[in-house]
Amino acid sequence: MKIREVVELLNARVVSGHERLDNEVEYGFSSDLMSDVLTVETDNLLLLTGLANVQTIRTAEMSDINKIIFVRRKKATEEMISLAAENDMILIECDYSMFKTSGILFKSGIKPIY
Amino acid sequence: MHFEFHVEGGNFSKAGSASSQLKKILKQLNVDPKVIKKVVVALYEAEVNIVAHAYQGDIFIDIDTEKIEIKLIDEGPGIENIELAMQQGYSTASSKVREMGFGAGMGLPNIKNNCDKMTISSEVGKSTTVEMITFFNN
Repeated sequence: MKIREVVELLNARVVSGHERLDNEVEYGFSSDLMSDVLTVETDNLLLLTGLANVQTIRTAEMSDINKIIFVRRKKATEEMISLAAENDMILIECDYSMFKTSGILFKSGIKPIY
Repeated sequence: MHFEFHVEGGNFSKAGSASSQLKKILKQLNVDPKVIKKVVVALYEAEVNIVAHAYQGDIFIDIDTEKIEIKLIDEGPGIENIELAMQQGYSTASSKVREMGFGAGMGLPNIKNNCDKMTISSEVGKSTTVEMITFFNN
């Protein structure tokens, strides 16, 4: 699925990486615990998280994750957006809960990693 | 090749900057992306540990054609029981560390899983040293 479709499905806002909305995504992983994210080995992963701080972006950078959706109305700060831009990441803000966001994407064909 | 980085305890906004710089270096050296990910995930966990638990620390990195050796030496409270600290789920992290998405007792086991050799030693009240080696063709 294209990121553009993900954004439409979730009625979400893109805050970084507007030029990469045609990127495809296959797998999703939802977590607020960055140590859990760091154990994931799957490529082409979309991270859903309610943890919005610089360490979320750093964790994604180390894990080769370049697509993040912030759920529960969490906002990306300027520092996060600038670090994300340096690493060619797409950041999306969504007003839905983690459960609802995950459910919509799962139903639409985004696969779980396990 | 030899690189050194300094890490400030408690400074979460800078946590990960050494790992980020190492990632750029390894990319420039055309190291296999899978190996890069393992190395930087292990280093990042260890770097976050210094920020989370120590007053300050230094990272020493040596890269040759076969392997990358990383040594992290901190000044901090040390670890009383290393065997216990290595157990998944055991953590002494503060609530601030947990707010940053860490402190679930997964860091040290995660480091071990992401490198070929890991050793850890500590002097309580003084310092902890973590050494990790990753071979490029393994």
